[in-house]
Amino acid sequence: MKILSKEVIANYAGARIIKLSVFAPEISLKARAGNFVVVMVNEKGERIPLTIVDADSKAGSITLIFQEAGLTTRILGALDAGDKLYALSGPLGHATEIKNYGKVILVGGGVGIAEILPVARALKEAGLPAGQAGNHITAILGSRNKGMLILEAELKSASDQLYIMTDDGSYGLRGFTTDILKELLSKDKYDLIYSVGPIPMMKKVTEIAAEYKVKTLVSLNALMVDATGMCGCCRVSIFGEVKFSCVDGPEFDGSGVDWAELEKRNKAYSIQEKHICNLSRYIKP
Amino acid sequence: MKKEPVKVKEAPVEIRVGNFEEVVAGYSEQEALREASRCLQCKNPFCISGCPVGIDIKKFIYHITQKDYRSAYFTIRGKNNFPSICGRVCPAEYQCRKACVLTAKGEPFASDESINIHLLERFSGDYGKENNLDTPGQKEAKFSNLRVAVVGSGPAGLCCAGELARKGAKVDIFESLHKTGGVLRYGIPPFRLPWDILDFEINCLKKLGVNFITNFLVGKAMTIKELFAQGYSRIFLGLGAGVPSFLGVKGENLANIYSANEFLTRVNLMSAYKFPEFHTPVNIGKDVLIIGGGNTAMDAARVALRLQKIKGLALNTTVIYRRTDIEMPARRMEIEHARQEGVKFEFLAQPKEFIESDQGGVGKLICLRSKLGKPDSSGRRRPINIEGSEFELNCDLCVIAAGLKANQVLIKETPELKTDANSDVIVNPENMESSIKGVYAGGDIVGGEGTVIEAMGMAKKAACAILDNS
Repeated sequence: MKILSKEVIANYAGARIIKLSVFAPEISLKARAGNFVVVMVNEKGERIPLTIVDADSKAGSITLIFQEAGLTTRILGALDAGDKLYALSGPLGHATEIKNYGKVILVGGGVGIAEILPVARALKEAGLPAGQAGNHITAILGSRNKGMLILEAELKSASDQLYIMTDDGSYGLRGFTTDILKELLSKDKYDLIYSVGPIPMMKKVTEIAAEYKVKTLVSLNALMVDATGMCGCCRVSIFGEVKFSCVDGPEFDGSGVDWAELEKRNKAYSIQEKHICNLSRYIKP
Repeated sequence: MKKEPVKVKEAPVEIRVGNFEEVVAGYSEQEALREASRCLQCKNPFCISGCPVGIDIKKFIYHITQKDYRSAYFTIRGKNNFPSICGRVCPAEYQCRKACVLTAKGEPFASDESINIHLLERFSGDYGKENNLDTPGQKEAKFSNLRVAVVGSGPAGLCCAGELARKGAKVDIFESLHKTGGVLRYGIPPFRLPWDILDFEINCLKKLGVNFITNFLVGKAMTIKELFAQGYSRIFLGLGAGVPSFLGVKGENLANIYSANEFLTRVNLMSAYKFPEFHTPVNIGKDVLIIGGGNTAMDAARVALRLQKIKGLALNTTVIYRRTDIEMPARRMEIEHARQEGVKFEFLAQPKEFIESDQGGVGKLICLRSKLGKPDSSGRRRPINIEGSEFELNCDLCVIAAGLKANQVLIKETPELKTDANSDVIVNPENMESSIKGVYAGGDIVGGEGTVIEAMGMAKKAACAILDNS
């Protein structure tokens, strides 16, 4: 649970995205693309889920990437190498089903880019049978601007084609990830889309993919408490059926997700979040 | 002259609804002596047959009358490892006290006149705790190489670990959460079971050499097979029943509709009632509805009242139950406590649909009126919905306490572990061994939702079998 290293990988106008390498030998042995961990920053902290971006079983470490947003991520961001997390549990959730799909588009928005990286790597290496190339990977990265873009080099080497979209056009192409997605789908046939990012983006990606009849997997960011299937806080409706994101997901077929419900459930504590974020200015940077 | 039952002191209602401190004060020595002296010391005591683990109740009460509290404590300890816990949470009015000869025949639960066995047990347990009477154990050399992995640190896991460690086995308890105690920590609120009681019992186990490994989800971090490969020769599964059931009605996923497990976990385990000092939030409403009639429903209702009080809201929490008062499976004492504190009850009501408010959360609950039909398999009269009897209740926060199912993470990762139609682990009832050799199970993961004492009974049986076969 000791933090081995810390790197600020984006820092723009006070908004920071941070990468931590954490000593967690058991988790590093078991972690697969799509898994997550639950983190508590201190004994009074919340239990928050974070995707395992990378795992090195030789070093016994896992990589976590997060954007400082609420109190918990700010406290986490204020920790340094040598500091210890209060609690760390995992790997949790279903791993992504890795097989040879053919041509895959991965769409990552904001800090969601970190979550598509392990999936891109695993899918690229999924060469079946031996000796054959794995999936053909197209990665579309979306960011507010150049300063907040993360993991460009890593995704470049994990993909065959890479597109970068920024809201303000400060880097790559100006526009949304869904603009380029639509263009790609209209020109060529793809076998799978995998998307992680803000809810409106994942929803739009799913809608566009449906027009072209391509299956879309999304990794949902529902609120969680225990994250082991015991509280139902993260319940989502998938094709009208109640599922728990923590143990049934976090990946689901995007076309079955009740997005409006998820958005409302995720806002259940917006008042408290605002209040507690006001307190978070007392945390040392 | 007939002796009146000795009433136990309780925190005044107006004070206790504003905090999470223990409500029942427990007997003083004088009170315990007076209550114990009411025991008739029957030649053939029925009370013992009412106890799921067969505590020699007659004997321990006799010891109290002789002021030999030490012997009273050890008499209970012979059958029950955690008298301070069971004395607080056991549903005595459905068990030993109901069997007591002073309970009138044919009553659905214990009469007030029956001996307050649970309070005497608690008195003995607390005496043992205050005087450090924990049994040191008789370690046997032949068990010094026995390494056992106990999965889950709830009542079953704690009990099994204690039994094994006392005989000299090396026991590691794996707990997926960051704190130990399982349902005793996340589920039962501290106003019923204070944390220092639980911590004391856990510390006793630590002193016996039991090693606790928290934040470790067996099934995900390590499989059963891998645990054996780590050198454990036996494994005990005390996984518990922690998966909440929902009602399956429209609107159930609206914001501010909680499972009782989520609501209680936020407040108990995560101390959300101390937000923002503790960072986990919990919402509270003006019109709170609790669905269900069990102990969990009573706990949720009383927690909701306390949150309303702490927030400065008017106390307005209503339990919705589809049968009537008498069929509620909750402890009578807890129903009474809830009533005293101001919880309201709406009986013969079956939730039909939740309606969204303008703010995007739950706003109303539509219920159907029900009537009672013939008894069902549980022996209680079955509720029948009356068509066209819909009525509306304001509801800006709802807690659903409609039962719990077996925890599934480990079971799903272990296909060779045989389970029944309820996904409970199937065991040989003689020795609690599962379909995997060397893997034992007990508690709610075997029998479905049960009591703390039943879980301990199963755990003890498993521990005995493990020792016999080692």
